[in-house]
Amino acid sequence: MALKGDIMTILLEMRDITKEFPGVKALDQVNLAVKGGEIHAICGENGAGKSTLMKVLSGVYPAGSYDGEIHFEGALAQFQGIRDSEDRGIIIIHQELALVPQLSIAENIFLGNETAKAGVINWYEANQRTSALLKKVGLKESPTTLIDSLGVGKQQLVEIAKALSKDVKLLILDEPTAALQEGDSRKLLDLMLELKAQGVTSIIISHKLGEVRYVADTVTVIRDGRSVSTLDAKAGLSEDQIVRDMVGRDMSDRYPARTRRAGEMLMEINGWNVWHPEHSERQVIKDIAFNVRAGEVVGIAGLMGSGRTELAMSIFGRSYGRGITGTVKLHGKEADVSRVDRAIKAGLAYVTEDRKSLGLILDETIRFNTTLANLEGVSKGGVLNANAETKVAEGYREALRTRTPSVFQKVGNLSGGNQQKVVLAKWLNTSPEVLILDEPTRGIDVGAKYEIYAIINELSAQGKGVVMISSEMPELLGMSDRIYVMNEGAFVGELSAEEANQERIMSLIVNE
Amino acid sequence: MDTQTKGIKAHLAAHMRDFGLLFALIAIMVFFQIVTGGTLMRPVNITNLFLQNSYVIIMALGMLIVIVSGHIDLSVGSVMGFVGALAAVLIVHYNMPVAVTVPICLIAGAAIGGAQGYFVAYWRIPSFIVTLAGMLVFRGLSLWLLEGQSVGPFPKSFQIISTGFVPELFPASWGEGLAMLFDARKFNVLSFVLGLAAAATVIRMGLKARKRDMDYGIESEPAGLFWARTLIVSAAIVFLMFKLSTFRGLPNVVVTMGVLIMIYAFVTERTVIGRRIYALGGNEKAAKLSGIKTERLTFLAFVNMGVLAALAGLVFAARLNTATPKAGFSLELDVIAAVFIGGASMSGGSGKIIGAVVGAFIMGVMNNGMSIMGIGIDYQQVIKGLVLLAAVFFDVYNKNKQG
Ligand SMILES: Nc1ncnc2c1ncn2[C@@H]1O[C@H](COP(=O)(O)OP(=O)(O)OP(=O)(O)O)[C@@H](O)[C@H]1O
Ligand SMILES: [Mg+2]
Repeated sequence: MALKGDIMTILLEMRDITKEFPGVKALDQVNLAVKGGEIHAICGENGAGKSTLMKVLSGVYPAGSYDGEIHFEGALAQFQGIRDSEDRGIIIIHQELALVPQLSIAENIFLGNETAKAGVINWYEANQRTSALLKKVGLKESPTTLIDSLGVGKQQLVEIAKALSKDVKLLILDEPTAALQEGDSRKLLDLMLELKAQGVTSIIISHKLGEVRYVADTVTVIRDGRSVSTLDAKAGLSEDQIVRDMVGRDMSDRYPARTRRAGEMLMEINGWNVWHPEHSERQVIKDIAFNVRAGEVVGIAGLMGSGRTELAMSIFGRSYGRGITGTVKLHGKEADVSRVDRAIKAGLAYVTEDRKSLGLILDETIRFNTTLANLEGVSKGGVLNANAETKVAEGYREALRTRTPSVFQKVGNLSGGNQQKVVLAKWLNTSPEVLILDEPTRGIDVGAKYEIYAIINELSAQGKGVVMISSEMPELLGMSDRIYVMNEGAFVGELSAEEANQERIMSLIVNE
Repeated sequence: MDTQTKGIKAHLAAHMRDFGLLFALIAIMVFFQIVTGGTLMRPVNITNLFLQNSYVIIMALGMLIVIVSGHIDLSVGSVMGFVGALAAVLIVHYNMPVAVTVPICLIAGAAIGGAQGYFVAYWRIPSFIVTLAGMLVFRGLSLWLLEGQSVGPFPKSFQIISTGFVPELFPASWGEGLAMLFDARKFNVLSFVLGLAAAATVIRMGLKARKRDMDYGIESEPAGLFWARTLIVSAAIVFLMFKLSTFRGLPNVVVTMGVLIMIYAFVTERTVIGRRIYALGGNEKAAKLSGIKTERLTFLAFVNMGVLAALAGLVFAARLNTATPKAGFSLELDVIAAVFIGGASMSGGSGKIIGAVVGAFIMGVMNNGMSIMGIGIDYQQVIKGLVLLAAVFFDVYNKNKQG
């Protein structure tokens, strides 16, 4: 009783944690102290070691594979695996969601923890308990709904419900809102506050500093594998303070200065219609027309599920949908974009929203992934030139400041944000005329975001066109010269940078 | 000194798979050399070993590509038998010249591979099912072609595909002299010179790759380890070629095989198409969105497999000098096992040609050694099965340990 709700007691202490991977010192004597009943945020740049620290804590990396000590509820903890830490009430929700898409909500919540008697699952009880949990997290879905049919935001809530189904004392959320829209994010953060009121302690990792300020009581900042500061957030902490500790210097602007210059017409799309690949009666994209001029950054705003990704993928080599009609003109001439290789040749590039399953080959190196979409550029007569490949990969590593010991690292071992930079490098390397970016800064730290914006600006200064799909309204407003607003598969409005603001965009969506 | 031994240890740990495979092959060879009282390494047996395994190795090259691309081909044994039967019927029954038959058979192999690849690539039917069907179909078709009988013998011009040896190009007196020197009955100088050349190439290429790695600051293998590995491999090549030289020289199939191994190693490691195959197996969706024509590539992987299975069928028939309805029976299992022992992963995207070749040799030496020892076919199967399991277990264990 003394522990729960008592703000003053230390629930968790991690002392001098050091964790090395071959060639990388991911954590170097990191200290972290979490008080009972608080929400503790961990901030740091991509690759700083945040996820690794949490994996050490939860036993993903078992005791003995790292140096240092973990004290939980006052006792030394040596977890051999996730099971051990879960038994003690430490539940982690990883950066990549781990739900089984083909199973129902209830099945996922009780996976590995089935309410069974003699091996027979009592579905009635499981569904009942799931309903109760769903109510608790504020999710209005039936326990028998398949995960497949839920958006990322709702899946996140299911993950939390799953955590609550176990006796949770310390809840760890690794970038829970990275893939969420503002409304959904807010719901999730409020849920955290509610759980806090009930005595649950949480750790949250996030690159969205506004959210950190909203929920956190304490912030620990990690830089290059070292804990640099612990800040009290209750007394009102500014984002700039956090950023300064994260990057080690002052960062005054979040968006690099942009000179607007819309040149001649680069890409024109007319009468674009797409139907769903399986349910052929469902029209996903409805008669869309839009254009991009040379040097322009064109934003596409919309809610999740409004069809933005489907639009982009259907244009890019018909990678989505069927029965596609419409024309794509580049430089005034109709372009053949009917296959991905043709679309690339025509000058299109598409940075996918889902880097793990669509963007990267995780088991291969940075070099392998960087050159993959333009192997012609590093080969002669079909024979690869290893030196040229290395040069290209090194070039982008430096330009994008990807944090890695070498370009021969497996991409799967990089931190989330650095993986995103590799995807970006892959597409920059195709020297596209029009670059379509789908959530380009998801899970990326403030410093790296700035770098990516700078790259976007540089491309547009070279007269390239950029199409940016983003759920982060400030980013869209900060970067775009023009914004199309999309809702339910159709464009419902177009705003110039001067006209655009959050309210107008939302009202266009709602009025539809 | 201490840091150096640490470096060697770390490198060994990181490349456990490659070194483990090499050591396993050497250990198995030494073991059988001892227990067979030296029979294993007799020149005639080494010649046999190559002849017996050539068709498995040839098919393993294609199988590696199929497996790397994320598929499997269960039909290769049957296809091999079928093509052998086709050759026999064309040559023996229809008196077709060898020079015409061989291309027809290779084209037939391509067509068979293409037919199966078509369903796998364009209709997305799992390769396991398509090729299981193919296995049954072509087993049946071989029986039908041969009407249940063995068909043979073949003309000399066909037999030499397998049982021929490379001619001597050096003056006979050289061979006689060397034979005297090494206390052998005869000596094929060309074979030995080719062996020396191959060993020199191994060293040269190793040094070149090493230099490139160092230039780019990739943590390269400690010098001691590099030389130990390279010298063992080159010494083994020279030793085997020396043995072959004192018998009838270099068999034609070994030349064919060697050339094919080099071509496939080159294609998989150094070319655009090879790179794309790894990408396809590593993450098909990502590969597709990178502009790779994944369907066509899958299709081609099966066409290639078909051609190699056909070639293996010709080699096999030529060696036995007859085509039998049972030829190639369950050989697909040896081929697939060789690829997995060689370190390829079931889920696609990884595996090397040289691994598959070494895997095939491990299987081959075991087959051969156990037969010399007179171990029954029953035990042989059990032991081979366990070796496959052990190899794959070793892989998984290593992966888990590296986290
Ligand atoms: N299994 C691994 N093998 C080798 N290096 C690794 C491994 N896992 C992580 N790393 C390295 O450790 C460092 C810390 O990674 P980590 O995932 O903890 O970063 P992070 O702070 O969570 O970053 P992000 O905000 O991008 O998610 C990175 O440099 C990463 O490349
Ligand atoms: Mg992380």
